[in-house]
Amino acid sequence: MFTIGFYLLMLIIVIGSFRRDSDKTKLALIKAWKYFENILPLFLSIIFGIGIILSVLSPEAISKILGNQSGWLGIIVAAIIGSVTVIPGFVTFPLAATLLKNGAGLTQIIVFISTSVMVGVITIPIEIKYLGRKVTYLRNSLALVFSILIAFIMEALIK
Amino acid sequence: MKKIFKRYRTLGIILIINLFFILLSPQSGINALIITAENLTEMLLIMPPIFILLGFLDIWVEKETMIKFLGENSKFLGIFTAFLLGSIAAGPLYVAFPFVGVLMKKGSKFSNVLIFIGAWSATKIPISLFEASVMGWKFMIVRYLIDVPVIILMAFIVDKAISSSEKEMLYKNPKIL
Repeated sequence: MFTIGFYLLMLIIVIGSFRRDSDKTKLALIKAWKYFENILPLFLSIIFGIGIILSVLSPEAISKILGNQSGWLGIIVAAIIGSVTVIPGFVTFPLAATLLKNGAGLTQIIVFISTSVMVGVITIPIEIKYLGRKVTYLRNSLALVFSILIAFIMEALIK
Repeated sequence: MKKIFKRYRTLGIILIINLFFILLSPQSGINALIITAENLTEMLLIMPPIFILLGFLDIWVEKETMIKFLGENSKFLGIFTAFLLGSIAAGPLYVAFPFVGVLMKKGSKFSNVLIFIGAWSATKIPISLFEASVMGWKFMIVRYLIDVPVIILMAFIVDKAISSSEKEMLYKNPKIL
């Protein structure tokens, strides 16, 4: 539904822009392609890499490791899985719900969600291209630490 | 040609790993390709409007406008705009980085760039509709109440940790075109 919304928005902008200035419109479209082409090799590597990782880690296998009684070990494993996998957002939450139903602990799942959305180990090369090493490593480490803190606070508030 | 080979080297290695995987364990190996195909179609469907919007943002939005909304003196307006831009976006976090390049090129304040990244990763409204439907509204609202201040705090910490000369280097980065 949101995808359709974005396509409509794109269509309105392209048509509106073309009526005002066709040269600028062409330039914008060329730019769009250049930005895309720029990250294409890494993008494809990541998509294929995720496929391999997700085929090894099934929801049942993950739930067992992240069980209610798994404690800190489960939290660490959740943080690692969340950090190394780049799962699309619309997959993260249904997957998290499935894991909870299969017996995973709430704290562990929140750590998984937070690290999954905020920490991207596989995408570090792209991040470094734009933000440099220092910012990239600092941002990812902070996101990792805060993900665990967020999980404890949320767990206390939701229970 | 040589340049193309170099750029796609990592992809080649991953494809070879997948090939070995298929030979060693056909079921998992083929399963990996199926997951890849699903993700790839999903992503290729999302990507065109996102990148076209990025192209238009780059060409049509004046530097002065960007500075007014996200620049050094933008204060609360800057934080708000950064959250708004990041939260209405679609696509995974690594798609945010080309946007980061354009925001920086047009004079956006570094802490606002970091807030934009945080919002893009954690408080994305389109994705949160999925979140609320599978995890419940309470979960989503509590997460937003905690994540918003955490995103601002993280942006503040990273921003303070980077010296102004390091920032200047980042803003001169040719990679941001």
